[in-house]
Amino acid sequence: MSNELDYEAGSYVGEDRAAGGGQPGEQHTLRREVRGYLLGLALAVGLTIASFWVVGTDEIYRPGLAVAILVLAVAQMGIHLIFFLHITTAPDNANNILALAFGVLIVCLVVFGSLWVMIHMNHNMLPMDQVMQMQR
Amino acid sequence: MSTPALRVGHEPLFGAPEAAHRPMSGYGSGGPAPKRIIVGYGFWIFLLSDVIMFSAFFAAYAVLFKNTAGGPSAHELFDLRNTAVQTACLLASTFTCGMASLAVGQRNQKWTQLALLVTGLLGLAFIVLEIREFSGFVVRGAGPGRSAFLSSFFTLVGCHGVHVSAGLLWLGTMMAQFFAKGFRQDIRHRFLCFSLFWHALDIIWVGIFSLVYLVGSLPPELLP
Repeated sequence: MSNELDYEAGSYVGEDRAAGGGQPGEQHTLRREVRGYLLGLALAVGLTIASFWVVGTDEIYRPGLAVAILVLAVAQMGIHLIFFLHITTAPDNANNILALAFGVLIVCLVVFGSLWVMIHMNHNMLPMDQVMQMQR
Repeated sequence: MSTPALRVGHEPLFGAPEAAHRPMSGYGSGGPAPKRIIVGYGFWIFLLSDVIMFSAFFAAYAVLFKNTAGGPSAHELFDLRNTAVQTACLLASTFTCGMASLAVGQRNQKWTQLALLVTGLLGLAFIVLEIREFSGFVVRGAGPGRSAFLSSFFTLVGCHGVHVSAGLLWLGTMMAQFFAKGFRQDIRHRFLCFSLFWHALDIIWVGIFSLVYLVGSLPPELLP
């Protein structure tokens, strides 16, 4: 039974949680965990509302809107990773962090690399109607 | 073994010395990590490879965004109210999925089933809204074959929708297994993977609603 309780289900990628049914500290831990999820939800809702608000507003510098949306999105992804996926800096989470860092590296290479290469190719190409004329 | 000099060799290289006395520290002292950690790590690797696949679709969309071939542009097509409701559904379902994992931690069948049911209904609402939006586009002549922009749009957003649909099937399976077999260890490990999958899908949706819908609905002169 004690071995059974060592394996706590949940969305915890790494963090090891002291488990146990009916222990005195049980309710206290549960309340703290619910509070963690509620805090994450509140932050995510706030960032979502902010990014929808930013689109329709004149309050901020208009040409910076796309960058503002990007920043809010990255912030919200961080909130999700911390509060819902429970990525922490705990030593037993080091493997998850390293894998995440490598994933982020590849994502940045794919997205920014593609945009960089394709925009340069677009600049250096003849306009399509001229290409068509040359082929006649 | 009892002299202090010999104890020094057993301290971990990094971090607090008391980490050596915890059953599992991540430094290798105390033996292999529990199966729950290893299962979560393996599924995390899969999720990251899934994210990399999505990044390729994001890159294709970003490159092809302006190639509308005379068809409708993102600015004319998107209805942000629909996107806002979809976002609310998925965010709420990710929260109830977290509540379900706390209920599983408590071995509470009633709350587990209830939280998973709410999660599934919110996910279903998300999918219904997405199908309605897509069919509206196709009816207006803006199907995936209309332009390169729309091909990449349907591929990216549709791929996320397929993931959510598969997640709904998985969620139904988890509800049935918890109901029929109880909180067995292997089933809890499956549920750990499911909850990671569901939370990761919401992270990808954050990218989609921000970079596809919100940036796409900006007036064309504001785009980089």
